[in-house]
Amino acid sequence: MPLYYDDDQAMLAETAQQFMAEEGAIAKQLRHWRDRDCKDGFGHGLWKQFAEMGFTGMLVGEDDGGLGMGHVEAGIVLENIGRNLTPSPFLSSSVLAATALKHGSDDLRGRWLPGLIEGEKVYTVAIDEGAKHRPETIACKAEKSGNGFKLSGKKDFVVYGASSEMIVVAARTSGSDSDADGITLFAVPQDASGMSHDSVRLVDSSMASHVTFEGVELDGDAVIGEVDGGREVLNAMLMAGRVGAAAEGVGVAQGAMDMTVDYLKQRKQFGKLIGEFQALQHRAAHLYSEVEIARAVTIKAAQLLDGGSEKADLMASVAKAKVAKAAGLAVKEGVQMHGGIGMTDEYDIGLYMKRDRALQEFLGDQYYHAGRVAEMSGY
Amino acid sequence: MSDLESFRVETREWLEANCPPEMREPVRDEGDVYWGGRNASFKNDAQKAWFEACREKGYTVPEWPKEYGGAGLSPAEGKVLRQEMARINARPPLSSFGIWMLGPALLHFGTEGQKQRFLNEIADGKIRWCQGYSEPGSGSDLVSMQTYGEDKGDHWIVNGQKIWTSYADEADWIFCLVRTDKQNKYQGITFMLFDMAGDGVSTKPIKLISGNSPFCETFMDDVKVPKSYGDDCPAYVGEINRGWDVAKYLLGHEREMISGAGGGDRTAAIGAAMKRNAGELDPVLRAELAQFDVDALSYAAMGEKFLDELKVGKGHPAQPNMMKYVGTELNKRRHELMMAAGGSRALEWESEETNGGKGARSWLRTKANSIEGGTSEVMLNVISKRILDLPGA
Ligand SMILES: Cc1cc2nc3c(=O)[nH]c(=O)nc-3n(C[C@H](O)[C@H](O)[C@H](O)COP(=O)(O)OP(=O)(O)OC[C@H]3O[C@@H](n4cnc5c(N)ncnc54)[C@H](O)[C@@H]3O)c2cc1C
Ligand SMILES: Cc1cc2nc3c(=O)[nH]c(=O)nc-3n(C[C@H](O)[C@H](O)[C@H](O)COP(=O)(O)OP(=O)(O)OC[C@H]3O[C@@H](n4cnc5c(N)ncnc54)[C@H](O)[C@@H]3O)c2cc1C
Repeated sequence: MPLYYDDDQAMLAETAQQFMAEEGAIAKQLRHWRDRDCKDGFGHGLWKQFAEMGFTGMLVGEDDGGLGMGHVEAGIVLENIGRNLTPSPFLSSSVLAATALKHGSDDLRGRWLPGLIEGEKVYTVAIDEGAKHRPETIACKAEKSGNGFKLSGKKDFVVYGASSEMIVVAARTSGSDSDADGITLFAVPQDASGMSHDSVRLVDSSMASHVTFEGVELDGDAVIGEVDGGREVLNAMLMAGRVGAAAEGVGVAQGAMDMTVDYLKQRKQFGKLIGEFQALQHRAAHLYSEVEIARAVTIKAAQLLDGGSEKADLMASVAKAKVAKAAGLAVKEGVQMHGGIGMTDEYDIGLYMKRDRALQEFLGDQYYHAGRVAEMSGY
Repeated sequence: MSDLESFRVETREWLEANCPPEMREPVRDEGDVYWGGRNASFKNDAQKAWFEACREKGYTVPEWPKEYGGAGLSPAEGKVLRQEMARINARPPLSSFGIWMLGPALLHFGTEGQKQRFLNEIADGKIRWCQGYSEPGSGSDLVSMQTYGEDKGDHWIVNGQKIWTSYADEADWIFCLVRTDKQNKYQGITFMLFDMAGDGVSTKPIKLISGNSPFCETFMDDVKVPKSYGDDCPAYVGEINRGWDVAKYLLGHEREMISGAGGGDRTAAIGAAMKRNAGELDPVLRAELAQFDVDALSYAAMGEKFLDELKVGKGHPAQPNMMKYVGTELNKRRHELMMAAGGSRALEWESEETNGGKGARSWLRTKANSIEGGTSEVMLNVISKRILDLPGA
């Protein structure tokens, strides 16, 4: 398979780009909701529009009413989300939760998928326990109780948690905290009693919850996949989410770079356009190279994931780490090359820096993933 | 089975039958690769057998048309062949500047007569070429070059000096930039082809910091270059005074080649191998290796994307400059890390254990990667100007 978009994908890219630039624009979404102190952190109207565009259920199988597309396609949507900093539950709902639900029973899929596809409902995932992403260790417990389970523990960085109708929770059903086995995934509905959210606004204006489960009663059909066999589903979800987050990061990097390169062509100092100074040119050219490479490895990882390759896990980590480096560079160089105006709230470049910071942490930062690359490679 | 899959199966079988085990060993020194030419000799029978099998099959230049010595493979088939060769670590059967540089220029700009003659000679490993661009006063600013060809009707008399001419002392012919109009900077250069065995051409090897001397000063004193080598076979590529167009086109290929975009050693991860050699890795070195591997594996994906796009004319035409910049900087970093992981053993310059200081010499040689074929700084200038469209760059 050649490493570029085929005709259908190129068409989707064009559609997504146009749609997001219009409907998902910074002024229309990010600033709009932020400045109104919206407690969701995103607009439900846009989510409906995502559904009309066919985005919400793009990863859902055709048998379940979705489009049965792959991660290259989801990545196309995400890159445009990133470019426009569009606040949206797409990554958490349509990529992460949707990937988990693929492993769910007919009942579970029938219960949750239609709402997602219609853009009526928003879902998320609860994986992290603590400030850093360490999914190897899961302490949150689900104990057998009657026909079902009783869930207790805490989860962090549950994005859009308070607005989500359902949360996919990774919990321990046997073994000790750092065992690979003994994990089970649950689809926990919003109204489950004993679940509480401490919802906080993050640096990028998105919302995330610290979720506490205090003996939350779940019946057996809330289990996604096999009891104690959740690690596999969790890994599938993590790969999909990481590649998705990488794709969004590529968009953030590209958006920041475009803004900056534009600015270099407008701003004059010392009687010249600042883009004439070689000191800035070389840094911009270096940045361009890094962003191109980040995009290439992200598409590669998505293709491997779609092809079911055993290399997908490694390349998902490579992509997540590489994008973090490239996007981190893009936003830092972006603010610096804008000079004083780059520090202002009025100017958008700072918003890219904030979103990048949040994405860096989501599902593992570059240090986590570089370390993972080393481990998987055997050193 | 699709055509491509059956091609893969056939290729695998053919390689199995024709690539001797010795030719699947890593390349240890320059003699391990066959360069062809009038004075060439094979290092061993395996090298000869491998070269001859590939020549028969057109696999010294697999994607060139059959009538010029290639196998006429499609881009997709070419990719499969490269993948299958990489899978068994097959060495290239023939290396040369003819394959990488002159060939692509002739395929693009050459006359039918030139293609018939020169491309077949290259594919068959008969003539070894070198590249005469740089001069003592003209490196990055190549277009300022002054080697001059005086028009004498049916021939030129060429005088001047080239420098850093790789393997000039072992080459048979040179493709050489010669000024043929002193009034016209860009449109006053002719891309000439001539035999270095003729009168007036001499070379003087220059020793590199790596201790090897693969490049030379090349002197031209009243060298007579005929304008034509026969029917439909001019001694220049493209048009007279339009050699800069050819040179620019070729620089793209050179940069692509030096970039290592095709994969192989230059894009591989190294952390695991370093750990095997060094035993315990210092934790900070391990972290650096991990960061390097992230960059290397990402660059490998970029190389794949770049080549895939190149074959179908997608991608920015100045993209080889980006590939060259990143690929060479990465390769330098790779060798820095290999030296660090190698410790004092890696310092040995002549010992048998280090295969004659291979690691140290390679480490030094890679420093040239970001100079030869256009420096990193020049690549960044080109990206600024042609891709980012920055002002006054
Ligand atoms: C938080 C903050 C507080 C401040 N407080 C004060 C204050 O109290 N009083 C006051 O007077 N000012 C203040 N400033 C302004 C500050 O001094 C300017 O922002 C600074 O001098 C840069 O100028 P500029 O913002 O116009 O950027 P520009 O000069 O437009 O620079 C834009 C980019 O171009 C680069 N650039 C410009 N010229 C060249 C060149 N020749 N070669 C290479 N690169 C070049 C810059 O390095 C920068 O990356 C403050 C700024 C900030 C951010
Ligand atoms: C191993 C090796 C093999 C080679 N083989 C060949 C060959 O076969 N045939 C051939 O013709 N040539 C060959 N070369 C020559 C090579 O192409 C030149 O060395 C190269 O183009 C740089 O020119 P220079 O050495 O004159 O450096 P200079 O151009 O003098 O550069 C010196 C420094 O200044 C920087 N610089 C120059 N201009 C700018 C600018 N505008 N902006 C910013 N920085 C700038 C450069 O990046 C460099 O760091 C080879 C070189 C090496 C090292």
